[in-house]
Amino acid sequence: MSLQLQAGSVTFENVTKNYGAVTAIDDVSFSIEPGHLVTLLGPSGCGKTTTLRMIAGLEHASSGRILIGGKDVTSLPATDRDVSMVFQSYALFPHMTVGENVAYGLSVSGLKTSEATERAEEGLALVGLAGYASRLPSELSGGQQQRVAVARALVLEPEVLLLDEPLSNLDAKLRRKVREEIRDLQQNLGLTAVYVTHDQEEALAVSDRIIVMNRSVIAQEGTPRELYEAPASAFIADFIGDANLVTGEVINITQETAKIRIENVEYDLPSRGMGNGTTQIAVRPDSILLEPASTNQIGIKGNITHSTYLGNQIHYSVDSPLGELFVVDYRIENAIKAGSDISMTFATRGMALIAP
Amino acid sequence: MRTSFFPWLIMGWIGFAILPWYALEDGFWAFEWLIDGYPFDSDYAPALLQIFQDKEWLLPLLFPLLFPLCVFNRVKSDPKYASTLVISGGFGLAYILGQGFSVGISGWEFSTLESLFGPLETRQFGMGYGALLTSGAFLILLTTGLAAAGNLRGDVFVTSAIGIVVALVATFVFLPVGKILVSAFINDEGLYALSTFTNNFFTKKIWGIDCLSTSVSCGVGLNSFFLAILTATSTTLLGLGFALVATRTDFRWKKSLRVLTILPIITPPFVIGLALILLLGRSGTITQFVADLLNIEAGRWLYGLPGIWLAQTLSFTPIAFLVLIGVVEGVSPSMEEASQTLGASRWHTFKQVSLPLMRPGIANAFLIGFIESMADFGNPMVLGGNYDVLSTEIFFAIVGAQNDQSMAAVLAITLLMFTLSAFFAQRIWLGKKSYTTVAGKADSGIHAGMNPLLRRICMCVTIPWALFTIVIYGTVLFGGFVVNWGRNNSFTLQHYAEGFGIGWSEGNLVWEGAAWDSFWTTITISAIAAPLTAALGLLTAYLLVRQKFGGKNIFEFGTMLSFAIPGTVIGVSYILAFNVPPFELTGTAAILVLCFMFRNMPVGVRGGIAAMSQLDKSLDEASLTLGANSFTTLRKVILPLLRPAIVAALVYSFVRAITSVSAVIFLVSADHNMATSYIIGLVENGEYGIAIAYSSVLIFVMLSAILIVQKVIGERKLRRTNRLTSQSDTTKSSTNSAPMEKQA
Repeated sequence: MSLQLQAGSVTFENVTKNYGAVTAIDDVSFSIEPGHLVTLLGPSGCGKTTTLRMIAGLEHASSGRILIGGKDVTSLPATDRDVSMVFQSYALFPHMTVGENVAYGLSVSGLKTSEATERAEEGLALVGLAGYASRLPSELSGGQQQRVAVARALVLEPEVLLLDEPLSNLDAKLRRKVREEIRDLQQNLGLTAVYVTHDQEEALAVSDRIIVMNRSVIAQEGTPRELYEAPASAFIADFIGDANLVTGEVINITQETAKIRIENVEYDLPSRGMGNGTTQIAVRPDSILLEPASTNQIGIKGNITHSTYLGNQIHYSVDSPLGELFVVDYRIENAIKAGSDISMTFATRGMALIAP
Repeated sequence: MRTSFFPWLIMGWIGFAILPWYALEDGFWAFEWLIDGYPFDSDYAPALLQIFQDKEWLLPLLFPLLFPLCVFNRVKSDPKYASTLVISGGFGLAYILGQGFSVGISGWEFSTLESLFGPLETRQFGMGYGALLTSGAFLILLTTGLAAAGNLRGDVFVTSAIGIVVALVATFVFLPVGKILVSAFINDEGLYALSTFTNNFFTKKIWGIDCLSTSVSCGVGLNSFFLAILTATSTTLLGLGFALVATRTDFRWKKSLRVLTILPIITPPFVIGLALILLLGRSGTITQFVADLLNIEAGRWLYGLPGIWLAQTLSFTPIAFLVLIGVVEGVSPSMEEASQTLGASRWHTFKQVSLPLMRPGIANAFLIGFIESMADFGNPMVLGGNYDVLSTEIFFAIVGAQNDQSMAAVLAITLLMFTLSAFFAQRIWLGKKSYTTVAGKADSGIHAGMNPLLRRICMCVTIPWALFTIVIYGTVLFGGFVVNWGRNNSFTLQHYAEGFGIGWSEGNLVWEGAAWDSFWTTITISAIAAPLTAALGLLTAYLLVRQKFGGKNIFEFGTMLSFAIPGTVIGVSYILAFNVPPFELTGTAAILVLCFMFRNMPVGVRGGIAAMSQLDKSLDEASLTLGANSFTTLRKVILPLLRPAIVAALVYSFVRAITSVSAVIFLVSADHNMATSYIIGLVENGEYGIAIAYSSVLIFVMLSAILIVQKVIGERKLRRTNRLTSQSDTTKSSTNSAPMEKQA
């Protein structure tokens, strides 16, 4: 398949979108480099789908500028933008065959039928569906329909490919496979792709960069690793992987390292520009180590209120001076009964200072 | 940009410089003008030449036709491009309309203009080919400009579609109704006076209450109101009874009860009244039988309130049934089951749970019955006797010896007041209250059985009523085959021969029957109106469902308004509005077609809205992001998926055009007589046999149209649902698998 892709960048400059009195997007700016896969991640109602639809031209910004491939497209309708989109419901036209669906964009832009059909065949081959052209979408499985939707978007050789929760209609086992396929295709073709999801694991798995949105603004932007290891806020820490928020005190800062004290225990953590004083620390549930109270006297004392067996792991709820903590423990053999007194220590690899 | 305003400008010039500007007396489709003095004859000259004759007021139109050339080579995003087109189109349109309404057949229309410019020697006629084409071109230039200015995401097609629908609704709904309001204030000397209205409005004729104390009849306004309350009450109660029997009992023929709902669609409005005369009139079968049996004098009780009430109840009960069956089924069984598990008896459950949940639906059925009764023209016409109602009085004010237009206007306003109040009540009061408990998800469970006493009452009322309805339709069917119903009951084909005889003369087929003329006119006009109605309705539905724009609520209200305007009011208003320039349409077939289009448009709109709401919006969006514009999307994606809705809209507009009588009776002419008004004429002459025969032919034609189409759509629908169910299944499973994320 000879796709003549001209991967483009996407830039938002102070974009705001209002629906009447409601602000869906509030003064958002970001930039996506050509050839990258960037995920818009956030809880429902955070504005990520609105952002995607504004890139597509299905919604128009109330103020600010949107650039695609360096060109200002702010006032351009969807029809005239060089982007294509894979919809959550796939939106395959039920009255057209798979081939007609894939050729649709080519033929409405004036390509001859024979040529459009030929290129649709190539597009289908690209997603591994050669020979399916004459079927109806309803005769395909969910995963196949999804690939048809991808092929239909790709044959137009868009500057940017938009994917709106492309996996949400697939069952859990298929999701991992399809997301790998999408990632491979994107990397092999050097596509710029913008991917919307509310599933943080999916976002971590496919993205070059992640833009986390919350309440109409960008909460944090970075590589998957940066977001997980250095969350900028309590919201990010909790949204990307679970986190317990505990209060501690920075007692000393030496260059990049901060010495903090939580209850009676001291830890060294990357300082991330924090000053002395009270601070919040995010602690990953699997970085809390529990021991029966008697064996370890240094840790923080607590009491297990719930213990839930989940096969390969055990979830605990712990009542402690730091508040109610959520703990994941993979040491099934050391299961501790609910009601037991324990003492806890934190592993520093799973801890991060949170700006107040 | 591929789209440009240039073709529209050329269209404007063709209308201005080439085609005859004014309407031709010979009619729209006559082309004698081509060889008869065109282009210099002042009747046929295009506007460009009219300027040099005596219509110099057409000169300013050159400005909007030349001005757009300034931006010929500018790009669409240039603000000058947009503003130039908006100015040209807006000015051109406003000027054509302004001068059209200002200069009429007898010079200036407004005395202020006359005193300003002095009396006018010349006059002008209605808009013709040229004026219509140029106005259309200006409208599109205006909307293209508005789109270029960034309205509606710069979508020229959507902007133009809205512009066209607004222009049409304004011209053919608001203009006529406005005209009625105005003419109610014009006195005999043609001057505006509030007293004209108040004198005509606050009269005994409309509001008199003498019937309460004396034998003199009440005012027509009160008569209509009283009748409408009675009819609405009886149809709602019967409809509820039928709905309960059809959904909550094990009655053997409950499925066939639903056939009842198709009856009002295919029954011309006066047919029930006609059949009642044959059965219960003075020489009716039942009357004679009872009179012989009891040896009493046959009475004329049927002619008047009891008869109209009976006929309307028979006519409109199926409509109430149709509304209420949805309401009764809409009450979630789990609510009733919950009530029963909480220990309530069946009667208690019905009274405390089911009935309150149905209340908005019942109110809705009541209001619909009220509006239908108010608007009904056929039954009071046939059975009225001394009981005058508004809809018929309007007719007699216009066609009778009095020909009192301002009286007709006042009566029409009174009628409009009643129906609009009901319409508003329905929208405001019921719009917010929805007790529909069925939510997308299938709600398993069984409706609670009915309390035995209630069940017995329902059965005892509805079954005889259903039988009575069957007898009525049987009468219609057989009435045409009887020499003189009630007097000479021998079989004959004479009525059919008289109406629909076909003969051979010199080897040619001759349509000898007296009814053929109006029959073919009816079929032709209905067939022309149907696709136009469906197209207009579906386009409006598309704009309402799929597009976001300012003033959408007003737009929707305007398009649905004609639903609440009784046919008689429409008829009168069309006569008032389209008898004079700039729109001279009376006496043409066009006015009938237009009347049907705008009267039946709400049916198409509702059907279209219902069908389009079923289509996933992301299908449109997918098409748009794939580079198709909104027109291509409509044509290639939406319309093919809406085919069943399109066919249904076509059939309904066709059938409704055939059965329409109230508006039509004002608008027919010798050249274009319609079946219904022809039958009314027969009834007035007492020729019941042929009238009944003609009615059954109409019913037969409509029934076959509906059945054929239902068969065709039915099969299509099956095939289509197969395809679509899998589609919607995946959509549904998506909402299940991602319950927290519906619209981020």
